Amino acid sequence: MKELFPVKQVMGFAFSIVLTAVALLVYFTDMSYTMGMTVLLITAFVQAGLQVVVFMHAGETKDKGSIYINIYYALIIALFTIFGTLLVLVWDM
Amino acid sequence: MDFFDRFAVPHPSFLIYASMVGIGLTMLAIVVGITYFKKWGYLWREWITTVDHKRIGIMYLLTALLMLFRGGVDGIMMRYQLSMPENTFLDSQHYNEVFTTHGIVMILFMAMPFIIFFFNFLVPLQIGARDVAFPRLNALSFWLFFMGMGLFNLSFIIGGSPDAGWTSYFPLAGNEFSTSVGTNYYMIAIQIAGIGTLMTGINFITTILKMRAPGMTLMKMPMFTWSAFIANVIIVFAFPVLTVLLAMGTMDRLFGTNFFTTDNGGMDMLWANLFWVWGHPEVYILILPAFGLYSEIIPTFARRNLYGYKSMVASMVVISVLSFVVWAHHFFTMGQGPFANSIFSITTMAIAIPTGVKIFNWLFTLWKGKIEFTTPMLYSVLFIPLFTLGGVTGVMLAMSAADYQYHNTMFLVAHFHNVIIPGVVYAMLAGMTFYWPKIFGFMLNERLGKWTAWLLTIGFVLAFIPMYITGLDGQARRMYTYSESTGFSLLNMVSFGGAAIMAIAFVLLVYNIYYSIRYSPRDIGNDPWDARSLEWSTHTPIPEYNFAITPQVASTQAFWDSKKNGHELFKGEIEKIHMPNNSGLPFIMSCMFFVFGFAMVFSIWPVVIVSLIGILACLVYRSFEQDHGRYISVEEIKETETRLRGAKK
Ligand code: HEM
Ligand SMILES: [Cu+2]
Repeated sequence: MKELFPVKQVMGFAFSIVLTAVALLVYFTDMSYTMGMTVLLITAFVQAGLQVVVFMHAGETKDKGSIYINIYYALIIALFTIFGTLLVLVWDM
Repeated sequence: MDFFDRFAVPHPSFLIYASMVGIGLTMLAIVVGITYFKKWGYLWREWITTVDHKRIGIMYLLTALLMLFRGGVDGIMMRYQLSMPENTFLDSQHYNEVFTTHGIVMILFMAMPFIIFFFNFLVPLQIGARDVAFPRLNALSFWLFFMGMGLFNLSFIIGGSPDAGWTSYFPLAGNEFSTSVGTNYYMIAIQIAGIGTLMTGINFITTILKMRAPGMTLMKMPMFTWSAFIANVIIVFAFPVLTVLLAMGTMDRLFGTNFFTTDNGGMDMLWANLFWVWGHPEVYILILPAFGLYSEIIPTFARRNLYGYKSMVASMVVISVLSFVVWAHHFFTMGQGPFANSIFSITTMAIAIPTGVKIFNWLFTLWKGKIEFTTPMLYSVLFIPLFTLGGVTGVMLAMSAADYQYHNTMFLVAHFHNVIIPGVVYAMLAGMTFYWPKIFGFMLNERLGKWTAWLLTIGFVLAFIPMYITGLDGQARRMYTYSESTGFSLLNMVSFGGAAIMAIAFVLLVYNIYYSIRYSPRDIGNDPWDARSLEWSTHTPIPEYNFAITPQVASTQAFWDSKKNGHELFKGEIEKIHMPNNSGLPFIMSCMFFVFGFAMVFSIWPVVIVSLIGILACLVYRSFEQDHGRYISVEEIKETETRLRGAKK
């Protein structure tokens, strides 16, 4: 029976709903800007990671290596782009 | 503005009318010609619906050559306008349009299809595959690209060309300062072509990762395939930025959003920033495949193994990351502080290191090689010093403090032509000459080819080196004229002379093609250059399935090993081969994209909606379509093989 019941996916599903609910709190309660932003950023990244690992099955096949290399490469480039842009247009303007 | 007024070219001149008539007549002649010779069916069956990577490649090549001439005429016009002070050949508005379209056409519609031609034609052959991973998607890529190209060129006849520079900086490109539909064309035509390119990127990454012949590990791939792989990775990561950027620009122009406006919370500098987040990786997308081609040509004619395979690969991987972290060097003068500028100065200089590694590797390959000066080799040998010069001036520009002096002068123009022409254009011409016999079954004439290479080089040096000097003396780029007292006239006249010599070189290239079609011998075998990698191991002309038996690979130059070291390439029996079916859907869908784009440019909403529904209908149809491809039977393969083997002698 154990093989038939997708415990991991159901847990993941529940967790992703919790994450969504927490993100929604930002809208419904009266948080400061910094607080709200922090909550959104954290829930967003955890949510994305969860989706990739649990529902898009990264890491379950033999091309695990290339999938993770790809994701890290994308992350690095996205972070460089975002922080570079902030540096140019906001922090050092 | 009255509805129909927008379709008229806002700033016409005799030249524009004359070329309109010219274009009209040529189109008519082509249609009449095809009808007269009853070629419509042939065109539809063999080319428009094809999913064969070789044919799609050839269509990319033809588009690229066509655009090379379109952009070249722009270049000559600019040089003629600047050859004398106070020249009145072009007025300021026309000059703006000409340098804008020149830049876009050369980068996006000449250089891009040229490298994609090499991806298409070479990658499957080099890795011993029968086609790309998604042949149908490949056809869609081409047709989307083609329709984007067509739409962009239409601006010349209907509605007016874009005139805000190929960089199209806001606020200049906003509605307030660019009132004609020209910049709408820019946003939408490049968008459509760009989506095609993005698909190409995904397609080739998959092809290279999944479809290599048995035994070909990543570190045994030919160098061109490596460069194609890295370039496509950069495409997949850089082009989405362009897609989003153009979508935002379109919304600003058509729907009144305020992303790049100067009020209501918009930020015009964000355009420049995002443009170069795409734009700098883009230049590496162009140059890496060029490097890949040189890495195929130089070992072949130095008759030696490529020196430093591992460091070649490593340097490209490093470039693939570094090319994303240098973009701000394009706008050091925008107003950010010295801290940000210093960081981008340093990353930019760092990128010269992996590039330098590659230069040394080629030099070491040449060292002690038995060099044979064929036309492709001549281009490669000319490339090394000229490109190095361009790289060195690039490092000069990378020093942010000094860049305040160079920025937006002719010095910059000299720099990027200095890297693009000896880097990209020479590689394209060298590669084209090198692979011509494999593609068309005869060689281009060597004598004429060498003349072309030398003329091009003389022309290039005369046209662009003087710009370094006038740039340092303060001649700004994108200025349509200057006064006698500036003292720029002599050097600008020299530049025009150089540009004219380059034009002659291109005409010579066309003559060479014509001459070789008529007189070149056809019995050249499969491997006329005595080359090294797998693409030369199949027949000429290449059968549609590429290899009757999948090759076995044990080194980076499997074919060379099979010739010299008794490596057995084709083991086993011929089996039936699974091939994809042709399809008209990509073409039809792209036509709808064309209509969609045109309607967007002129904000004709009913047509926008109808064409969008059409595009969706094509997607839905495709989702439900059952198409499992077809098999080529063993008998048919055997028959083709005997016929082709016979043709060799
Ligand atoms: C026939 C040879 C060529 C001539 C005579 C020529 C001439 C020129 C001139 C005079 C400009 C400066 C216009 C201005 O800003 O005032 C220019 C800009 C430009 N050229 Fe060329 N060109 C040639 C070939 C090429 C090629 C082969 C490419 C690309 C593959 C190219 C790409 C560009 C680009 C992208 C710009 C605009 C850059 C920017 O605005 O940042 N050109 N060209
Ligand atoms: Cu750059």
